[in-house]
Order: sequence, then structure tokens, then C-alpha cells
Amino acid sequence: MISDLLSATVIIGIISSGIRLTTPYLFASIGEMFGQRSGVLNLGVEGQMLLGSFVAFYVTLKTSNLWLGLLAAMGVGALMGLAMAFVTVNLHATQGISGIGFYLFGMGMSNLLFQKLVGTVEGVRGFQKISVPLLGKIPVIGEIFFNHNALVYLAFLLVPVAWFVLNKTTLGLKIRAVGENPEAADSLGVSVAGIRYLTVIMGGVFSGIAGASLSVALLNVFQQNMTAGQGFIAVALVYFGSWKPFGILGGALLFSMVNALQLWIQVLGIPIPAELAVMMPYILTLLVLTLSVSKGRGPSALTKVFEREG
Amino acid sequence: MPPKQATSDLRLKDRAGSIFDQLMPIFATLAALLVGAIFLMLLGANPLVAYGALAQGAFGSFNAFTETLVKAVPLLLVGLGTCIAYRGSVTNIGGEGQMIIGAILSTWFGLTFTELPGWLAIIIAMLLGIIGGMIWGGIPGILKAYFNVNEILSTVMMNAIAVQVMNYLMRGPMIDPVQREAASQIPQTARLLETYRLPRLSPTRLHMGLLIAILLAVAVYFLLWRTTLGYRIRAVGQSQPASKYGGIDVKKHIVVALLLSGAFAGLAGMMQVYGVNYRMITDGSATGFTGNAGFNGIVAALFGQLHPLITIPASVLFGGLLVGANAMQRVVQVPSALITALNGLVVVFVVSSEFFRRRSQKRRQSQFGTELAEPEDAEMQQEAGEA
Repeated sequence: MISDLLSATVIIGIISSGIRLTTPYLFASIGEMFGQRSGVLNLGVEGQMLLGSFVAFYVTLKTSNLWLGLLAAMGVGALMGLAMAFVTVNLHATQGISGIGFYLFGMGMSNLLFQKLVGTVEGVRGFQKISVPLLGKIPVIGEIFFNHNALVYLAFLLVPVAWFVLNKTTLGLKIRAVGENPEAADSLGVSVAGIRYLTVIMGGVFSGIAGASLSVALLNVFQQNMTAGQGFIAVALVYFGSWKPFGILGGALLFSMVNALQLWIQVLGIPIPAELAVMMPYILTLLVLTLSVSKGRGPSALTKVFEREG
Repeated sequence: MPPKQATSDLRLKDRAGSIFDQLMPIFATLAALLVGAIFLMLLGANPLVAYGALAQGAFGSFNAFTETLVKAVPLLLVGLGTCIAYRGSVTNIGGEGQMIIGAILSTWFGLTFTELPGWLAIIIAMLLGIIGGMIWGGIPGILKAYFNVNEILSTVMMNAIAVQVMNYLMRGPMIDPVQREAASQIPQTARLLETYRLPRLSPTRLHMGLLIAILLAVAVYFLLWRTTLGYRIRAVGQSQPASKYGGIDVKKHIVVALLLSGAFAGLAGMMQVYGVNYRMITDGSATGFTGNAGFNGIVAALFGQLHPLITIPASVLFGGLLVGANAMQRVVQVPSALITALNGLVVVFVVSSEFFRRRSQKRRQSQFGTELAEPEDAEMQQEAGEA
């Protein structure tokens, strides 16, 4: 049965679903990365994802318009980000603990709204696979890389775009400056608060999309607590990837491939306890964090409150 | 007015301001309830009726109140661990996993060794619960101290791993033999011997764990403010460079803070088995066994301003919210998940209200001079001077 894992169909299946599973992590982690590069650790990603996931699902269910659903998830994420920014930037609240508060809020709220407004398991018609013209027809490669729904392509596109914004634009320079040395950035006339508001709201928008990618693109249903810790893993991936878009991409791919392997192990009925398979990605994350974090260095001002003198 | 009189007037005013500061968590909770009222209205429920049902369900009768206390026990224990960890600047959010592992170890013991006198079995089970929690808290502690791994992330991972360990054991090696035979295969262990159960105040479900938890709260107070270990944990929490300069082994105390914090959560897990359910049962999800106490305990401790003694009434309050939420759900048909959302808001509002407290403190300090500085800081400085 182990040999089943080595057949071409299964390998293609694992890699292809691994790539699909990367979608929520990429959106959430890249968004979180911008926040952290500007000095704000948002631990509420899980809550933002849950609410985004529900809202996208609900709006899609009611209007049958996927893009409207996605937009609603972005809006909800933005609002949660705005609240997080206000609390941490203006009220100097401890970032870690307020994030946990927003997590509980998002979890409770999404459960509440689901029970009140939907109640039963219902499916929606989510984003459909789009085969890229020509490329999608290539054997093996086409199946693995060019036969996914729109959000998968967008997620992978986000990586180089994020790299470009962070490293090659004035905005990126400001974000990095605010995260490394807010006092110096402030004295040069950069609005520390403004930049942090921007990155944290942007992070919320991306977390909303990440949640939506679960409920209207990957699974096409909503269940209570359906993110099952993915938002926290997304935060871990930022550390994992040393606060760099391509590092995050590597971490997200590794994590999702292990996850896909785990799913296929269960599908093929290979006699490894399912629970052990499910915990593999978490153990892996813990191991990689242990081995990599001591080397990578985060933004200097991460989690630190900035207060103007005077 | 003679100068002396003026000073005492100022002191009086200062005290009034300081009491106002102490009440901040209550204002924060009221604010959360106010937001909750808006949600309730949007969902077509009358907030007064809803909150009335909630209060009635939590505190309205002797039986309701004992249920509230039963819910308060794990919150208080996890909250005490939170007080220690957060005072040491260690954000332990692994209470869920630590509870689970503590429960697993103690349940395994209770089901395996069935020939012991009840009191001895309960004591050993408590120790095993504590050890289980310490293992699950100690790993993130070592990873933070010596490998620079953010403890928030590692404790989240440890939670997820613990849930899977529990699911595996409940479905396989530790499953109730009755369930193994039956077609239902409910993932739960066999029941503990009657002699192994924590004494109850019958006919209610209130068990001895409450008494133990309250005694432990007093013990944590002494630990934090009356022992060298507690002083060092708090010193590390206030400033790592200063502690290092003062000759405190910072890394060791980070590990100790997480070990202790895990110990309390592990004990909470043991008590859920030995005091409430008499068996371990999982629904497969992260909150099936703990009922989210690993997170709600943090909320109670934050509400209690990370003070072990204030955490006692805070746990009762939040235990009441959880019990009352079910009554509210019955009366106004608003899912009890609302309370989880409101707990989240309480956390956000409490940490935000610190801002106003610090600001008013600063204002009073500049007004009244440094002699009225915050007592705790003064105490720390004095002790640091002696060290």
C-alpha cells in the first residue's frame, strides 16, 4: 500500500492538492508579513479568517455572486484590521493579547452568525477550475500547476508582487523603516501610525480572502471553526519564512505538501493512524521554527509601542 | 488651608483616582456587554430579556450558582497559571493542550491502577495531571529560552498536537472496552472507580476542586509577592536586561514560568475528569474536552489584572457567563457562541483600558510628585536596590 504513494497519479494528486492548500496560507501569511514588517504582530488572523470565511460563504449563498462574497470577506477583514490597528497603535494595547481577543471574537461571531443565519450544512458553487490556455494542456505540468481556481493563481501572484512592493517601492521602504526604527522614520516625516494602520488593515483584507478561499474555493461549505488553526500557522509561517515573501512561499509549500500527503495517506487507507498524520504538519512547523528562528532576525520594533516624545 | 491638610486631600483624591483605575476591567466588561446588546438587537432579541436570562441562568438559584462554580474551577486554575506566566512576560496560550495532556496522564493512571485507596489515587492523579501540564508547558519554555522560538506560536502548535494525541488515544488504546465492542465507538474512556472521584457537595456537581483552586490562588499570591522565585519571575517580566544585570538567570526563569503555568492547566484537566465527567471524552475538535477553558482562563486572569486573588471572583463571573449563555440561548434563541465573541471583546477592551490607566497614573504622578508613584514599581525598585 505504501507503494501506492509512488504511482504517478498519486504523486501528481499530492502535488496538485498541495498547491491548492497553499492558497489560504499565502494570503494570510503575506498579509501578516506586512503588518509584522511595520512592527505589528497580529495574532487575530485566525478570527479574521473565520469571519471572512463565513461572510464570503453567506453572501455567496444569498446572492450567488462569488466576487461579491469575496468582496464582503475583504470588507470584514478590513474592519477587523482597523479595530486591531486602533487598539494597538492608538491605545498601545499589548499586541499578542489583543490578537487573542480578536481571535475569540471572530470565532464566537462566525459560530453565532452561522448558527443563527444558516444552521445546517449547505454547499455553494465556489470558484471553478480555470485551465490556463495552452499551458493547462501540458501533460503532468499542466495538471499540477495550471488547473486551479482563480484564487490559487492570485495567491501565487501575490508573492512576487509583495516582494516588489516591500523591496522596490517607497511604500515598502517606509514599511521597513517603521518596523526597524520608528523614531528615525518619524523624524524623516514618515507617519508611523499611518503606515501601521495601512499594513494591519491590508493584513485583515488578505486574511479575509484567505478565509474566503476555504469556504468558496477549496471546500465550498462553511463549518464552525473550519480554519482549525490555519490562521495561527499562517503567523508561524511568517517567522518560518524569515519575514520574506519567498521564504513564506517556501514554508507554505512545504507545509501544504505535508498536509496533502497526510490527506492522501488517509484516502489510500495506509495504516498510519489518521491522528498522527494530522499532527505531522504541526510537529514539522515546530521543528522548523526551532531550527530556523534562532538564525533569522525579526523587525526590531516588532510588538513595540511607538510613542512620540512631547 | 494648612499644608498638611492639603497633602492629605491630595492623597484622598489620588486614592479615588486609583480606585477608578482599578475598576477599569469592569468598565471594559460593561462596554463589551453594551456591544453585545447591539448585536442582540440586530439579531432581533431584546438585550434586557437576554441578559436577564443569562444572569438568572448563572446566579438565579442555588443549583445554577453551583454549576457556575463548577465552570469556574478550570478557569481559575488556568487563570492562575496565566498570572504567573504573564507576570513573567511569557504569553502562554497553550492552556488547552496542557489541560489535555494532564487529563490524559491522570486518567490513564486512574484506569490502570485500581487497587489503591481513593485518597492516595486522587493525590497521585493530581501530581500526574500537574506533570502532564508541565511537560506540555515546559517544551515551549525550553524552545523559547534556548532556541528563541516565539512561545505564542509554539503553544498553539502544542495545542493542536495534544488534540490529536487525545483523539488517537480515545479512539484507540484508551477507548472504553464497552465502546470497543459496541458499534457506536464513541471516543471516550471507561469511567473512573467511584472511590477515585473528587468528593462532591451532593446533590450538586460542585466538587472539592473549587476549594483546592482557591487555596492555590492564595499560594500563587504568596509565591509571586513573598518568595524570591516569584520576585525573580516578575523581575524577568519587567525587564530582561535589568534582571540579567542583577544576576538573575533569565532563561531559567522563562522555563520555570511556563512549567508552573502548565502545571496549573494540567491540574485543571485532571479535575475535569476526576471532579466533573469521571471519564475523558472527545468530540474530535479542539474544544470538545476543555470547553475552551484554556482560552477563557486567560480572559479571567486578564480581567483579574493578573492578580491571583482577584482572579477568583473573575473566574466565577466568567463561569457564570458560560453557564448563563445556555439559558440565554433557550430564552431568546441567540446561540451561546455570543459569549465567546463577548469574551474576546472583554480581552480587547481590558488591554486597551490599560492605556487610560497609565495616562491617569502619569497625570497623577506629575500632579502629586513621585512620592505617590505606583506602589508596586516602588516596591520593585526598593527590592532591586537591596539585591
